[in-house]
Amino acid sequence: MKISYREALRQALREALSTDPRVFLMGEDVGRYGGSYAVSKGLLDEFGPERIRDTPLSELGFVGAGVGAALGGMRPIVEVMTVNFSLLALDPIVNTAAALRHMSGGKFSVPLVVRMATGAGRQLAAQHSHSLENWYAHIPGIRVLAPATVADARGMLVQALADPDPVVMFEHAQLYNLEDELPDDWQCDITHAAVRRPGTQLTLISYGGSLPKAMQAASELASEGIDAEVIDLRVLRPLDSDTLTASVCKTHRAVIVDEGWKTCSLAAEIMARLMENCFYELDAPVARVCSEEVPIPYAKHLEDAALPQVAKIIAAVRGMLNV
Amino acid sequence: MTAPPESGQPLSLQLLADMLRIRRMEEKCAELYGAGKIRGFLHLYIGEEACAAGALRALAPEDNIVATYREHAHALLRGVPLRAIMAEMYGKAAGCCRGRGGSMHLFDAARRFYGGNAIVGGGLPLAVGLALADKLQGIARVTACFFGEGAMAEGAFHEAINLAALWRLPVLFCCENNLYAMGTALARSESQTDLCAKAASYRVAAVEVDGMDVRAVHEATRQATQQVRAGAGPFFLEYATYRFRAHSMFDPDLYRDKAEIEQWKQRGPIHSFTAQLKAAGELTEEAFLALDASAEAEVADAVAYAEAAEMEPIADLLKDVYTSQETS
Ligand SMILES: Cc1ncc(C[n+]2csc(CCOP(=O)(O)OP(=O)(O)O)c2C)c(N)n1
Repeated sequence: MKISYREALRQALREALSTDPRVFLMGEDVGRYGGSYAVSKGLLDEFGPERIRDTPLSELGFVGAGVGAALGGMRPIVEVMTVNFSLLALDPIVNTAAALRHMSGGKFSVPLVVRMATGAGRQLAAQHSHSLENWYAHIPGIRVLAPATVADARGMLVQALADPDPVVMFEHAQLYNLEDELPDDWQCDITHAAVRRPGTQLTLISYGGSLPKAMQAASELASEGIDAEVIDLRVLRPLDSDTLTASVCKTHRAVIVDEGWKTCSLAAEIMARLMENCFYELDAPVARVCSEEVPIPYAKHLEDAALPQVAKIIAAVRGMLNV
Repeated sequence: MTAPPESGQPLSLQLLADMLRIRRMEEKCAELYGAGKIRGFLHLYIGEEACAAGALRALAPEDNIVATYREHAHALLRGVPLRAIMAEMYGKAAGCCRGRGGSMHLFDAARRFYGGNAIVGGGLPLAVGLALADKLQGIARVTACFFGEGAMAEGAFHEAINLAALWRLPVLFCCENNLYAMGTALARSESQTDLCAKAASYRVAAVEVDGMDVRAVHEATRQATQQVRAGAGPFFLEYATYRFRAHSMFDPDLYRDKAEIEQWKQRGPIHSFTAQLKAAGELTEEAFLALDASAEAEVADAVAYAEAAEMEPIADLLKDVYTSQETS
């Protein structure tokens, strides 16, 4: 049966809340409103207000409280409406959650899961549309996940909760309505990138909301006789270099698709790693398709022009193959 | 296009006209959203008209205004042409932000209208900074900052009001308390629901006023502004109001009691004020219809303008990222 990405997340939350009494969900409007992206709809009725906990508009306060609750033996899942608003909570995430284990000489771990929406494509303008995953991927001490498929949406939370360290999970707002078959083996690991489409001529490296675009580009390229491999990073920190290197050693070419801005992006980091790890295997300079260096605009035609699109990915591939 | 009502009219009629202009604009926005002409998030002000109308007529043209994402009314009454507002919502080049901002990010430098901020609480420290700049430069200006009661839970509120009080800055904190922050009722988010007491704890003068009564809003704001202008430091006003529509167009509004909404609608700011004026013999039905027709005509003109306006060329996508045209 097909289910939505949103439903997969809800199933994962429901399972976590049912199986572990230490788990609770908190965030702005997760309860009575049903979640700003309707992910937690119905959970308040099932689990009650102690465990589906509406918070005031106090990102620093409630994310910080999540860190404390994790230290105190709970398994909090904190939802922040979007990555834009999470900047108000950077301090507890970066300065406390991520650093505590190291600073305490291994005495304290912070088993916290922070979930948030990210990304553009809904004409919500700059303050609701940015892709700042790479900011989090910069921070040692946290694991950063980006489920791009229904199966990963279902599977990643289990692993995130089992992780003794803080996990930040990014859900691209454009994916919530994505529907797909939930495979029986939806369990996933949160240490490896996934090969979503095997191919021989070049590697498309992507994640999150850009993955469907990369997949579509690959299938359009296939109809022109170009065989692209598509890799879904899934784990943005720590990055799984081995899967990337293995793929590029096979295909000898890589195009990175990342909705973040080019400058100081994840795409930049991946390029650097490919240079370090397989420079002599490359038949062409690594290319990337990122967002234009502009705060994401409201008007649809401008927003579309600012974001990575299938046509831009195909053009980058053609440019690389000289076809 | 129809001109906004002239200041030659009695204040009561100006206030009514202002509220009608807001209401007609917002109703049209809802319709245009349904038709797919306006996209993104759209937060309507229907029900809260008395707040912006009463407050903005109490402020001077040189004052600074800071608002949230529910700011169409503040922009309009500040004098941002409705054509420019509507074109912005259409995402056109003629919009007040050239299609970059949309509904939530209206700005107008010439009118000292500083947004248009979609980060809840984000405008509060900004207002403090504007007031500080004025004070440092010896400019006798008031900065009025509009925000919802939900924003009072953010650290930004506490830090901003503390600074404003500490430095005796000319900030007018205008809290539009519509009782809900998205789906969260005030009592579910604040340990102290007496908002004036919270403000007062920072030693800031704080007054609650009926936000459904445009004259009360106007009078309270006028007095507060006078004090702030005279150098008394910041002032906190709570307008007790209600939004008749959902939080945004994406909100199914399942968290509010229908009876509660109906009760507040009974106190609707436009029809209650209209009735008052008629009873006092200050307004005839014909005069009311004329004001309403003028508001409708202004809206129709703006829509026609926005429809016909050009789109920003994609070649200009990277414009205005930096002041000079360099990009990285
Ligand atoms: C920092 C931040 N957190 C969360 C949001 C999402 N959000 C947008 S409006 C809103 C409700 C704000 O309520 P209130 O301040 O009372 O203003 P109102 O909408 O009632 O006018 C929320 C939670 C946001 N925009 N910014």
